Amino acid sequence: MTHIERHTYDVVVIGAGGAGLRAAIEARLAGRKTAIISKSLFGKAHTVMAEGGAAAAMGNVNDKDNWMVHFRDTMRGGKFLNNFRMAELHAKEAPDRVWELETYGAIFDRTRDGKISQRNFGGHEYPRLAHVGDRTGLELIRTLQQKIVSLQQEDFEASGDYDSKIRVFAETTITELIVEDGVIAGAFGYVRESGEFVLFEAPAIVLATGGVGKSYKVTSNSWEYTGDGHALAMRAGGTLINMEFLQFHPTGMVWPPSVKGILVTESVRGDGGVLKNTEGKRFMFNYVPDVFRKMYAETEEEGDRWYTDQVNNRRPPELLPRDEVARAINSEVKAGRGTEAGGVYLDVSSRLPAEVIRKKLPSMYHQFKELADVDITRQPMEVGPTCHYVMGGIEVDADSAASAVSGLFAAGEVSGGMHGSNRLGGNSLSDLLVFGKRAGEHAAAYAGGLAKRPTVSKSTLDTAVETALAPLTRGDSGENPYTLHHELQQVMGNLVGIIRRKAELEESLTRLAELKERARKVGVGGGRRYNPGWHLALDLRNMLIVSECTAKAALERAESRGGHTREDFPKMDPTWRQVNLVCSVEAGTDEVTLTHKPVPTMRPELIGLFDPSELAKYMTDEELATPDASSAGEGGA
Amino acid sequence: MDGNVAAASAAGKRHFRVWRSSGDTGAGDLVDYQVEVNEGEVVLDVIHRLQATQAPDLAVRWNCKAGKCGSCSMEINGRPRLGCMTRMSTFDDTETVTVTPLRTFPVIRDLVTDVSYNYTKARELPAFAPPPNVPPGEYRMQQVDVERSQEFRKCIECFLCQNVCHVIRDHEENKVAFSGPRFFIRAAELDMHPLDSRDDRKEMAQAEQGIGYCNITKCCTEVCPEHIKITDNAIIPMKERVVDRRYDPITWLGNKIFRRDQVDVVHRYLAPDREAMAAEANGGGGQAAAVGPDGRLPVTELTLDRSGAASPFGDDLEFPLPVQGITYQHPTTDGEQPAH
Repeated sequence: MTHIERHTYDVVVIGAGGAGLRAAIEARLAGRKTAIISKSLFGKAHTVMAEGGAAAAMGNVNDKDNWMVHFRDTMRGGKFLNNFRMAELHAKEAPDRVWELETYGAIFDRTRDGKISQRNFGGHEYPRLAHVGDRTGLELIRTLQQKIVSLQQEDFEASGDYDSKIRVFAETTITELIVEDGVIAGAFGYVRESGEFVLFEAPAIVLATGGVGKSYKVTSNSWEYTGDGHALAMRAGGTLINMEFLQFHPTGMVWPPSVKGILVTESVRGDGGVLKNTEGKRFMFNYVPDVFRKMYAETEEEGDRWYTDQVNNRRPPELLPRDEVARAINSEVKAGRGTEAGGVYLDVSSRLPAEVIRKKLPSMYHQFKELADVDITRQPMEVGPTCHYVMGGIEVDADSAASAVSGLFAAGEVSGGMHGSNRLGGNSLSDLLVFGKRAGEHAAAYAGGLAKRPTVSKSTLDTAVETALAPLTRGDSGENPYTLHHELQQVMGNLVGIIRRKAELEESLTRLAELKERARKVGVGGGRRYNPGWHLALDLRNMLIVSECTAKAALERAESRGGHTREDFPKMDPTWRQVNLVCSVEAGTDEVTLTHKPVPTMRPELIGLFDPSELAKYMTDEELATPDASSAGEGGA
Repeated sequence: MDGNVAAASAAGKRHFRVWRSSGDTGAGDLVDYQVEVNEGEVVLDVIHRLQATQAPDLAVRWNCKAGKCGSCSMEINGRPRLGCMTRMSTFDDTETVTVTPLRTFPVIRDLVTDVSYNYTKARELPAFAPPPNVPPGEYRMQQVDVERSQEFRKCIECFLCQNVCHVIRDHEENKVAFSGPRFFIRAAELDMHPLDSRDDRKEMAQAEQGIGYCNITKCCTEVCPEHIKITDNAIIPMKERVVDRRYDPITWLGNKIFRRDQVDVVHRYLAPDREAMAAEANGGGGQAAAVGPDGRLPVTELTLDRSGAASPFGDDLEFPLPVQGITYQHPTTDGEQPAH
């Protein structure tokens, strides 16, 4: 008999990044006994890497900003594939969520009149990102972490036990969700430190596990980003949408190799940095797509004037949405105008005085100096696209963050729909606050409203134990997990990367099937106590199944849109805008199936926020004929 | 893997010595490895290559690999560092690189230590106390007023400052009463927060966090990867204000009227029990005095040829130690005996 530690909770939140912590706070505030499961130590989540800020239309810097403008920008950025209701809730609620952080102790940078300062960012019409230098993600994590500690202090006052109502299980990984009779009954996993198994019996689970970047060779994501939540949800009977849309951040470091993939924040461009190829040419002016033509400067002179006078000038094309910039860099490199390491130059040194750079971009300066011995106040950076964010994720109800499985909720990067085919910078920190809160609130309500709790059966548990132990049982003679992981990263990076082709995607599916077969024989030596080889072996299963979703959906979608670019279908196709690709797995197998589902139709008063000529770029003639007819109909919600 | 073929070029191979646990007791030994190193790599890259090619179960913590999360704290050639921010180019080609776990915390396995001490201390420090009657959205603060707190909020919680602090490094017994530099800056951050509504942060730093144990050797400031001026900007102001409040108005008046060497005499006369108070101020018998009996820093501070106090390891000892000289034994905490 394997020993299993058992805990009982009302709400279990899997993931301790921004979305998870915000959800846990809300569940605890609603009076539910809440557990937070963190794959790393408390406070180390990948959210700390977010640099730019949290987008919220507070209108502190430009009072013309409001939720409708933010909503419009978000839909435009996502190329109208977004779940409109999520984009709407997000735009409306983000300011409250940011203000709330100040009451938890966050200290944002200030405007002259003492309000939260807001900065410009790609795709946002007005200065909108609440920020703290370029370490906003760290501020957010630390603030939420400290809020949880303060709740624990309240509980200690009341009960003498810090952990009585909200407890953090650090360095704990969930390998299976337990579903009994179609509803969530708990979660099973292991504690890294001891290797011991642990079962959480809980009727409501919030997935907030972040993204999938570790399947890629060049990525800004940490080791935790192995698509755990995506895979757990699918195996529990949930569905994923939009998995073909991955954001490649345009400016990751490409040299030196030790820091390949690490992001150079967009604020470098927002504050005056420009992109140049090896011929010294500022090439972005050649890559402004028609839909954006009117909003961007046509000459370097106008672009340069914008930094000091934003009212009378249009912004420089370095601030186009991320996918456009990533594609442009990719084209320059392919045309032979890139550096040896496969990047282009991002130069801020010739544009701003050294002390201004150090003041405005402190961690960037620090990071380059210490990690790469590059002084950004003296020399240009060498940058290229790096896998950064997955727009796709668990299909959820916009208002409640509930998935297709009763008792299973999702928020943050692991959920899908909010960002459509492409996410605007700054929208992820606000996304995780808005939907983290909603997920926590609705999970708490669900758990509180149950007449009877589901129980975990022995057979389900035995299977979970067996699956988790299998790599150790096979031992050193099995397939090496590090080798398999390396090969998976090559396949995804080379064949399902930023520019995609039919033949390569087909090849990727063959290769993934082979890897999946080999992964069934993965084995590791050593024991259960803090054994990274074992941990990777278990994560591999998740990476493989999620990668398959991405490859299948990318092959299916015969158009280019946002974070999905097909060389053989270079244009956006309005009929594809109406389609979400939905992935699921057959119960008890790891076989991915793909189906089509219509994208929800925007309410008329939301459609009315857009200029008809803009809608014409995205919608079919048929769709364009209907909104006018119905716009006089139902009022707003 | 093609590592063996590449091995032919001897220049790419380097000698590493890594602490490996031999069981679940915290015992272990330094193990030698010859491992490939490429241009532009950092120590953490090399540890990862060891995992992938020679030691799949080598335990190490890491997350962002960009100096932002503070997970990969370790001791490299005896010097506490982040593995992701220690470039291999800073070593000679022939230099042996010795990697050991943080010394101040119990080893879980290999390079991973039990840092729960820090999370315990975090809980003991009262959280931000929001101002009553200021609704969300109505917080107004000037940039110049928040910058002092913002410096401390840069902390990535790598716990290197806790690890080098000699109040608890090799002094397990002090951990109960001492929170360490990471939480002194947290206290200072809240103390300097324009809207925090508690006004007893300094008193708490002394009474409950044991700030009196600190004798300002600045080891924490030196090791901070975020370059937070822990000692100058947080600890000293917190200590001085504690002292000011405790001894006001006598200290203030005495300093105004008398020369420094006369102040003591006056104080002895006016406040015969002040030495007892000073001892209490220093955390009730901690191992290092914070302030002299005059309520000020010791005079040696002024005569020394460097900022901060003398090194607790002696002035003639330079860091990093020569690699040959490092025979690592992790300190034991629960009465366990190491294997050798």
